[in-house]
Amino acid sequence: MRTLPFLVISLVVAGLVFAGALAVGNDYIFFAGYVVLQYVVLSTAWNILGGYCGYVNFGTGAFFALGAYSTVAIYNLIGKSELPHVIPIPVLMLVGGIVSGIVGFGMGYLTLRLRGAFFSIATLALAVVLETLIVNWDYVGGSRGAYILRPENAPLIGSYVRYLFLTMLLLAVGSLVIARLIERSRLGYGMATIRDDELAAEASGVPTLRVKLIATTISGALMGMAGAPFPYYIGYLQPDSTFALDYAINAIAMPLIGGTSIWIGPLIGAILLDSLQQLITVTISSAVNLLIVGCLLVAFVILAPNGIVGLFQKYFRHKDDDFVGRRAVSLDEPGAVVPSDSSPESPA
Amino acid sequence: MSALLEVDNLSKRFGGFVALDNITLTVPAGERLGLIGPNGSGKSTLVNCICGTLRNEQGSVRFDGRPIDGMPAHKRTHLGLARSFQLPRPFPSMTLVDNVRIPRLYTVEARGVHRTVEEVDEHCHGLLREVGLEAKARQRPRDLTQVEMRKLELARAMAAEPKLLIADEAMAGLTHSEIDDILALLVRLNENGVTVILIEHIMSAVMSFSRRLVVLVSGRMIADGKPDEVMRNPEVEKAYLG
Repeated sequence: MRTLPFLVISLVVAGLVFAGALAVGNDYIFFAGYVVLQYVVLSTAWNILGGYCGYVNFGTGAFFALGAYSTVAIYNLIGKSELPHVIPIPVLMLVGGIVSGIVGFGMGYLTLRLRGAFFSIATLALAVVLETLIVNWDYVGGSRGAYILRPENAPLIGSYVRYLFLTMLLLAVGSLVIARLIERSRLGYGMATIRDDELAAEASGVPTLRVKLIATTISGALMGMAGAPFPYYIGYLQPDSTFALDYAINAIAMPLIGGTSIWIGPLIGAILLDSLQQLITVTISSAVNLLIVGCLLVAFVILAPNGIVGLFQKYFRHKDDDFVGRRAVSLDEPGAVVPSDSSPESPA
Repeated sequence: MSALLEVDNLSKRFGGFVALDNITLTVPAGERLGLIGPNGSGKSTLVNCICGTLRNEQGSVRFDGRPIDGMPAHKRTHLGLARSFQLPRPFPSMTLVDNVRIPRLYTVEARGVHRTVEEVDEHCHGLLREVGLEAKARQRPRDLTQVEMRKLELARAMAAEPKLLIADEAMAGLTHSEIDDILALLVRLNENGVTVILIEHIMSAVMSFSRRLVVLVSGRMIADGKPDEVMRNPEVEKAYLG
């Protein structure tokens, strides 16, 4: 399928989702659905670097928070000026995306020479550094947090939360289209070679540093865009909860549960896992959430290492292999060990 | 013939260990060069320094008339320097045909050559056919034997359409007829204008292929010349026979 039909179909599905949510007639569905969609974007963004390139980023919370705090900064800036106080969410998303994209690029440049666990630790450190900066930056509320007054209504749609839901829905469609586009392009092949073997990738002419920087920038920017509307959703933004490790863990768990090698994996993972979390929050308690994530993660790593998509591996592989020039989607776990690699060097 | 590769006073140390000691080597275009030496003599280190996998501390490397010191490996590949790895390093998550497709997408197209998807696909299958792997084009490297992986390694290096191909022990473990196949392939490449440096332990293969032989021992170049003359060199005999 080409990108345009895919985009049209995604928009139709998004339209149906929105219409369905409206039909329920209860705004709670928008409150809950917003978080699910936010995780669709976060896990898709994480997967661009983590799934396609094989670099595990533990800093999702930091990029998300950067987007959110960009919004707070703009809110305060405009609040002190004569401009109208309501800023369109897409504009905030754009700003949050740019800020996080720049930080993503910078982080990539500084840390991409590190590999494996060292890279992951560096991203975790980045989150701590950024949180410290925000805590000490009084303009955006510092450790006290920041209040954002959410408008009561949005034009045409009704309640403001519906408007937030709709913008997040469109962002989710956008990020899925981007992920799918990358997957099927030369860039996607390049990312897969980096995940497989960076030395061999360089020897084959893949500019690995550049490809990785593109990945960190796109991934960071999408996370920031997902964070930008968050202050309007939550009303009160506080560093501890915005930089929480929950975001990082969920953004890793969702693609792993869904499947990391294809765009639909993070989508499936985010919808399943976060719907489950929402359900548990309402029926049992919000504290049980991470326990469930942990248990599911362990279960999937052991029972279905290639995620839910991996369970349908054969179906996908056959279908794609018959296409000339279209990449046979790799459904192997990243960095799968080739048996013969471990065999001793042949006698020289 | 003009010099395609010029290595000038190249040295490489790993801590206190001198892996390469003042290597000077000029390879004219169209050459068929054999590079031999005992284990640990620095052959692969030399290849790694030439291809940019390792940085040399001293000396310089020029390729096709331009200095390439400090240039990242992928740019050297774009210039026309391709290598196969001694221990095969395939892309495990990709099919064989995609393994070969990567250099075409990233190297050949970087030179401004644009082909349709079908042409690239045909070319990739052709390369696999040349090394005898076409039947497994849709399989993944984990389905291959060690020998087949060496062939894949060679096919991937060839896919970059190099001016200089460095085959680092592409034949270890192969049978006689397979060695002959690979040699014929390398000769054919050479006749089409590709300069080939062959690093090999199988002396019969080296002797039949090379028109010039270079011997490395303990990071030093102890001989350079016509194969039969080099083999009569007493220093070489001493290094090999003790």
